[in-house]
Amino acid sequence: MAKPRNTTYRREPLWRAAMVHRISGLLLACFLPLHFLALALALDGEQRLDGFLRWTDQPLFKVAETVLVGLLAVHLLGGIRVLAIENLPWRPGQKQMAMGAIAVATLVAAAFLVRIV
Amino acid sequence: MSAADTTEKPRDAAHGTIEVSIWRGRDEGRYETFRVPMRESQTVLDIVTHVQRHLDPTLAYRFACRVGVCGSCAMTVNGRPRWTCRTHVSKVVENGRIEIGPLANLPVIKDLAADMSPFFEKWQEAKGAFTPSKTREADIEPISPETRERKIIDAAIECINCGVCFAACDTVRWNEDYMGPAALNRAWTLVNDVRDAGNAARVHAVAQGGGCHACHTHQSCEQHCPVGLNPTASIAGLKRRTMQAFIRGELE
Ligand code: SF4
Ligand code: SF4
Ligand code: FES
Repeated sequence: MAKPRNTTYRREPLWRAAMVHRISGLLLACFLPLHFLALALALDGEQRLDGFLRWTDQPLFKVAETVLVGLLAVHLLGGIRVLAIENLPWRPGQKQMAMGAIAVATLVAAAFLVRIV
Repeated sequence: MSAADTTEKPRDAAHGTIEVSIWRGRDEGRYETFRVPMRESQTVLDIVTHVQRHLDPTLAYRFACRVGVCGSCAMTVNGRPRWTCRTHVSKVVENGRIEIGPLANLPVIKDLAADMSPFFEKWQEAKGAFTPSKTREADIEPISPETRERKIIDAAIECINCGVCFAACDTVRWNEDYMGPAALNRAWTLVNDVRDAGNAARVHAVAQGGGCHACHTHQSCEQHCPVGLNPTASIAGLKRRTMQAFIRGELE
């Protein structure tokens, strides 16, 4: 049977910023083992690593790398904001800071994409 | 212009109606729709009262002061927790409709009345009661409003126990052990109360699994508190205080 609707607080920008932080963290955590696996190819000799790196020169990988850079930037900046909340005196303007973090991360990712293509 | 138009209308004259969906039942139930006359400066609580007095006397809801002091009238309005006595209909109406449900994250007693027991039990768990350090014979201790501690307390003390923050917090929703923003905000005021003698136990209590460190800093509590308090900041204070206690070896 039906339940009352009661989660529209999730439309708040700061709630969404918290979710961006969490999801970016989870995706980065998923990436990390793949990153180490790739590096571990060097143990089998530089050819294997070089071969793999050449394989990742495809456009799809460029896009994925750009997303990765964006995730790293947004997670880093969002993390700094939360650390500041928890360890420094309260600062107003949290919404602006959270949105700023997302905007800066997007710019960083865009700049990265421009540099690698 | 007819003569009737020149006579002044009473201030609370109805102008049109509003479609109101009200939750009926307990944790499971359905929304029932009523048409309520729209009036000037009408609050959401006025609407609920109109339905109960004129359309369906079996509707259950709760209020007392009607002026934002007692904290008993909180409900979910268009999906968002609010104090209904100080929420103007004109501010929240969407396309001539309004949906009113019981406060979230609490069991429903009936219709719009949520059971606040879990909310106040968390208050107890966080040791939200003052522990006196003196007897009634002692002189009243003067506390200067200028002290750092008193300023911290001032920023957090005006909680009306409405439960709005509790209903807007996803950590409360996801973690049933979590004490919630209001109880921890209360603990923070007592931790800064120089007259309180219970802080060793209190700091220990809020450092436990469901305590301050479970907070994810979503800031929903801060965004929704009708009195403008900032439980997120209070909880951050507790996080620092419990960390200091841990480093000093006081948490064992
Ligand atoms: S800041 Fe903490 S207490 Fe407040 S809504 Fe977020 S998780 Fe809940
Ligand atoms: S902190 Fe604010 S929202 Fe939470 S119970 Fe107190 S007054 Fe209500
Ligand atoms: S009725 Fe008292 S706060 Fe709304």
